[in-house]
Amino acid sequence: MSFPIPLSHYLVLAAVLFTIGVFGIFLNRKNVIVILMSIELLLLAININFVAFSAYLGDLAGQVFALFVLTVAAAEAAIGLAIVVVYFRNRGSIEVEDIHLMRG
Amino acid sequence: MTAALFVFYVLALVTVAAAVMVIAARNPVHSVLFLILAFFNSAGLLILIGAELVGMLLVVVYVGAVAVLFMFVVMMLDINFVQLREGFLQYLPLGALVGLILLLELVMVIGTRAVPTTVAAMPQATPPGVNNTEALGRLLYTDYFYLFQAAGVILLVAIIGAITLTLRHRPDARRQDIAAQVHRRPQDTLEVRKVRPRSGI
Repeated sequence: MSFPIPLSHYLVLAAVLFTIGVFGIFLNRKNVIVILMSIELLLLAININFVAFSAYLGDLAGQVFALFVLTVAAAEAAIGLAIVVVYFRNRGSIEVEDIHLMRG
Repeated sequence: MTAALFVFYVLALVTVAAAVMVIAARNPVHSVLFLILAFFNSAGLLILIGAELVGMLLVVVYVGAVAVLFMFVVMMLDINFVQLREGFLQYLPLGALVGLILLLELVMVIGTRAVPTTVAAMPQATPPGVNNTEALGRLLYTDYFYLFQAAGVILLVAIIGAITLTLRHRPDARRQDIAAQVHRRPQDTLEVRKVRPRSGI
């Protein structure tokens, strides 16, 4: 019996997820927390791509790389949220459009 | 339509719907909850093609750590979320245009690469006789050992960075200083005075 799910299904799904993530960054220009969540969605789409290629091409290296992407995503979320907390403490808001005041 | 295909479509649809709700929900708490739903469903999708370890780690790391962290921050900060929604529709046309172009390009790339539409057997990246976790472990601790250590260093840097960023020293807080307590001498703190009767100090 042949396996019914072709690789292209997973690739299209990952493409849709990636697009939603990019769209979310555009849409929520003010809310940093939702932007961080959109970045998590982007990384999730990348992970799905890696694992799908890994499974369908029979090469485990893709899954190893997905683990590293997972690590970096966790670190990025921790640092990003720490920056958000510090920023909120200093300014009392998390609007992205205020952040250009931070330079210098 | 076989069972596997049906399961794929259900999981994929729920994942995409949850992802849309993540960016469209009014309340960021709901966004985090939908993010958790998306992660759970994509973990199911990964398990469907035999990547058990990555799927389970997705649940453990993303749902157990990252989403809870998001939830903490969303609930800890006292933010006026209505104000943050202002200008939401202002960026909608531009965002929709960019998203649409991106999606078209991605799907076109997938279409031109002539991906085989039928798969002969259940895709299996792991060698026969070994389960997925064991095979990944063998790779991770041999070929990718230095990268594995580097990932640990990245996590260490993230811990130290997050703590140093959010730790604050409050000058008005009264903390115990054991060294100062131990070094107190009687002659610094005690004073003997002559008290005349009926007059006080």
